[in-house]
Amino acid sequence: MKKALFGKKIGMTQFIKEDGTVIPVTACELTPCVVVQKKTVENDGYSALKLGFVDQKESRLTKPIAADLKKKNIAPKRHFGEVENFDDSLEVGSEIKCTIFQENDTVEVTGISKGHGFTGVIKRYGFGGGRITHGSHFHRSPGSIGAHTYPAEVWKGKKMPGRHGNKTVTVKNLKIVKILEDKNIVLISGAIPGRKDTLIKVTIAN
Amino acid sequence: MDIMQAIEKDIMPLERTIEFEIGDTIRVHYRIIEGNRERVQVYEGIVIAIDNKGISKTFTVRKISFDVGVERIFPVFSPKIAKIEVVRKGKVRRAKLYFLRDLKGKAAKIKERRMKSVKKEKKGAAAPSDVQAAE
Repeated sequence: MKKALFGKKIGMTQFIKEDGTVIPVTACELTPCVVVQKKTVENDGYSALKLGFVDQKESRLTKPIAADLKKKNIAPKRHFGEVENFDDSLEVGSEIKCTIFQENDTVEVTGISKGHGFTGVIKRYGFGGGRITHGSHFHRSPGSIGAHTYPAEVWKGKKMPGRHGNKTVTVKNLKIVKILEDKNIVLISGAIPGRKDTLIKVTIAN
Repeated sequence: MDIMQAIEKDIMPLERTIEFEIGDTIRVHYRIIEGNRERVQVYEGIVIAIDNKGISKTFTVRKISFDVGVERIFPVFSPKIAKIEVVRKGKVRRAKLYFLRDLKGKAAKIKERRMKSVKKEKKGAAAPSDVQAAE
């Protein structure tokens, strides 16, 4: 069984342990998620729980979603996401809180990384680049992109300049350091993708 | 209150207000664990910087050890700091004393801030602690 929750990134800080060691942590707000729909193999081809999170005005929802939530007696929600293999015993309308996690759990966090726009190969792939001074004319360009008559083409997948970031990224092997239940805040060791307020999915690693 | 500040307040390991200022000579009693034994090491020097970063607040202490300048950065809220003593108050006009790195010997000395009379001493002693409390 997989346990996962949706939320948003709030910011980074430090956590000081009792023995004085300092751990860099990211604070994530994992608001209570509501089960909106149970997808089953018979109906949908796969089994999953659809969760809704972050309260929203009803007027901001599209009519189909608003009507669906009203029928199920669920308060209007802003975002929705699916988790596969979640606890099947949960009923539609039940709430999942950040208490499903425990301190020292290993988790993985999925989110959309910061967008960097169109960047060169040095920033995008960490190429070395050339000398800036001493008469060098080769500064930040990618250099040769292949051989001559053979193969007479540029290999597919060649690292070149282009759009960098703004992709779905999963960071694994992170630890839950502290859970502040009253604030719905979870402190996760290390950095996680995206800027402040990025929507994230926190999953317990199996 | 900003939510990050609220979180940092919640996870603060201990309460500590610093009673010294930039330019003061202080003595930091730092706990060191050697195997199973714990002892306290004393590090004495001049405070040349205080960085206010919420729970990550630190101060930098500089001393000259065997003709080599040593700077050590302590986290204010570290449980490893057993005690901080003020040995001597310094008279400085800057918030960061990085210029001391280029000076040697007598030039690197900082004038002592003296309390002239009993009346003024009371005032002087009360004022800095108020400032620190506000921080």
